[in-house]
Amino acid sequence: MLGTGLIKGLMVTAKNLAGSFHDPERLVTTEYPEQRTVLPQNYRNFPFLVTENAEDPMGTLRCVACQICEKECPPQCIYIEKSKDKKADAAGKMQIYPAVFDIDISVCMSCQICVEVCPFDAIKMDQVFEIATADRFTGLLLDRGQLSKPNSYFHQIHPTDAAEVDGRLAAERKAAAEKAKAAAAAAAAKAAASTASAPSPVKAPPPVSAPPPATAVPAIPPPVSPPPPPSPPPQP
Amino acid sequence: MPHAEPWLERAPLLLRDAVNALLPAPARWWVDSFLDIAVLLGVFGLLFAFLTLAERKVLGRIQNRPGPNRAGWGGVLQPFADGIKMLTKEDIVPRLADPILHFAAPVALVAFSLMSFAVIPYGRHLLALDMDSGVLYFFAAGASSELAVFMAGWSGRNKYSLLAAMRALAQLISYELPLLLSFVPVVMISGSLSPSAIVTAQGGWHLGFIPRWNVLTPWGFAGFAIFMVASLAESNRSPFDLPEAESELIAGHLTEYSGFKYALFFMAEYFGMCALGGMAVTLFLGGWQAPCAFLGFIPSYAWFGAKLLALLLGFIWIRATLPRLRIDQLTRFAWKFLVPLALVNLVTVGFWHLSASWSRGFDPLRWAIAIALVVIPFVAMGRRLSAGLGPRTYRFAAQ
Amino acid sequence: MNAVLAAIALLILASAGIALTLRNIVRSVILLVVTWFGIAAFYLWAGAEFVAFAQVLVYGGAVSMVVLFAVLLVRHGKAGVAETPAPSGRIVSALLAGGAIAGALAGAVALTPLAPAAGPAPFAPVRHIGVLLLNTHAASLLAAGAILTVALLGGVVLAAGGGPEKEDGP
Repeated sequence: MLGTGLIKGLMVTAKNLAGSFHDPERLVTTEYPEQRTVLPQNYRNFPFLVTENAEDPMGTLRCVACQICEKECPPQCIYIEKSKDKKADAAGKMQIYPAVFDIDISVCMSCQICVEVCPFDAIKMDQVFEIATADRFTGLLLDRGQLSKPNSYFHQIHPTDAAEVDGRLAAERKAAAEKAKAAAAAAAAKAAASTASAPSPVKAPPPVSAPPPATAVPAIPPPVSPPPPPSPPPQP
Repeated sequence: MPHAEPWLERAPLLLRDAVNALLPAPARWWVDSFLDIAVLLGVFGLLFAFLTLAERKVLGRIQNRPGPNRAGWGGVLQPFADGIKMLTKEDIVPRLADPILHFAAPVALVAFSLMSFAVIPYGRHLLALDMDSGVLYFFAAGASSELAVFMAGWSGRNKYSLLAAMRALAQLISYELPLLLSFVPVVMISGSLSPSAIVTAQGGWHLGFIPRWNVLTPWGFAGFAIFMVASLAESNRSPFDLPEAESELIAGHLTEYSGFKYALFFMAEYFGMCALGGMAVTLFLGGWQAPCAFLGFIPSYAWFGAKLLALLLGFIWIRATLPRLRIDQLTRFAWKFLVPLALVNLVTVGFWHLSASWSRGFDPLRWAIAIALVVIPFVAMGRRLSAGLGPRTYRFAAQ
Repeated sequence: MNAVLAAIALLILASAGIALTLRNIVRSVILLVVTWFGIAAFYLWAGAEFVAFAQVLVYGGAVSMVVLFAVLLVRHGKAGVAETPAPSGRIVSALLAGGAIAGALAGAVALTPLAPAAGPAPFAPVRHIGVLLLNTHAASLLAAGAILTVALLGGVVLAAGGGPEKEDGP
């Protein structure tokens, strides 16, 4: 009969109306500022710089200002200036560090390419999303002080990734240390055995860091090179 | 017997007299009228404000979310925040628009919908204008609002709003007919076009506890149902909200309106809803009459308010449930279903009126015939209307 | 009371007069509706509530919509709704026709012997009107209804029975 469907529908909505009062499980929304959902581990928003030591963030940045991320960044929102001097990194090795490291997160498109190309695991994706400011020009341009966050924070937001990165870094450092030790031992042995040839310097990062510049360098010319000659107008 | 009435029943009158006593005699007539208008505006303005809140809250609950709950305690200040927002918005008038009509349309719409509040009896002593042909006045005010809809659509000089206005007019005119036909039985039975007389005619109880409201008779129930469906359509409420179907048209004839003028249209919509609900209460639900004799100590205006709020809640409930109709379904439903049913209902009420003199023993027969006169055409016409629309099969969806 | 009547008369005549002079036909129609509302106000002033509300319901609600639909749906020769000024010949003939009608009406009113109202106007409640319409004058009411129904059916037949519509450009 005409109308039974209407009554069935009205019953469904009435059930929902009553149910939403006595059964809080039904409510599908969260009241955001007070009540926060746990973000999934793979959620990413904007990049941040990893520091080893929370007490001295500027001193222990993993970043060595290699500028790969700056060159790879599709919207070109990263700006880096290398330092003139060198500082010891977490492993005690002297490295160049970024004197200026700015990211304009109003331009950033959260593509994570900077994270993927970074050979030092120095830049990672953050989960902060409450970034609204009243001033879109300076408020959203983050400098290295605002960008640097300790490794413990990285562990907190992406535990799986962070454990994997830490394990890899530790293994690399161990391997480098062993290699250095072996090289030193070999050099000492050689020096001891005979007047040896010049010992090769320790090169732990280069095998990793050498390929990216090779791929990154060709990426530079296109923006610098003059635009291609104008194509002839299409003939109708 | 005014002396026997409870104090609460007379409280509004006492208040008015108190205000009047403060004033010199020549001003009293004017003050009386202005008091009526001011009270109506105040009460229905607040009702409009909180109705929007109630609607959003109930819709939210039906959709399993809490609804607006930020402004004020549990969201009670939300309507005022909305009002401030609407007032401070930019009021854009298109350069090629007809400025006078563009301005006049929302004003006329609100004015006409406010006018219809004048003749509804809100309580035993609460009636702004006791007119002999009050029901006719009510529907005349309602019919005039069609002109405002046309003015809104035409003045923006936008072909889409003009087309939408024509659609809205087609809907309003189509449903005007069942709306008018559905209250004719009430007029036939109570023998008056005066709302207060219609309410008085519904006083008293069968067997001491069944109220003699019109809705509790076969013809009254059918008339009430037709009236409610038609008033849903007349006040542009879902499922008949195609005039400003926000998801498929860009608000229809309201496309060129912004800011407070846009809000005025919604104010008129809610006023129209309240007015039609109030008229439905008056015509079919016994107006301000209490449902049981022992509940008579509650003042009459409280009963009216309770019934009106129940109807408005029903409007909201229906909005939360039913999807929108297409324009062809809408007009077909009006002309092929509601109008014939309303005409058949005239026959039913004629029979009811003529059989009133039958002896008590024939009462079951009388009821049976009247119910058959209502149910058989409904089922037959409903079958014809939904023929070929059968149960829908979902070939690719999981059953 | 006479001041109210004068105001109503002014409203009726002014809106009708402006409606005649406007070039935009839709505005003319809307002013025509204002005129009808003025006539309803006049009925109300004269104490004929029922007729006043019927006037608003029928003319303000229904007939105005019919007129508007007719104005908007009839094809225009030109794209806009504003008409070009009519040639002088048409103005003269319009004045002549209008003057003739006005003269006839004025003559009829002037020549009708108006008896002075005896006592207060009789109060006619709606109930009496209903009884009169459905008892004494039931036959004429039915005849009027039948004529209107036939006219409606004729309109439907004319509108629906045209066959496939021919595309004749403007």
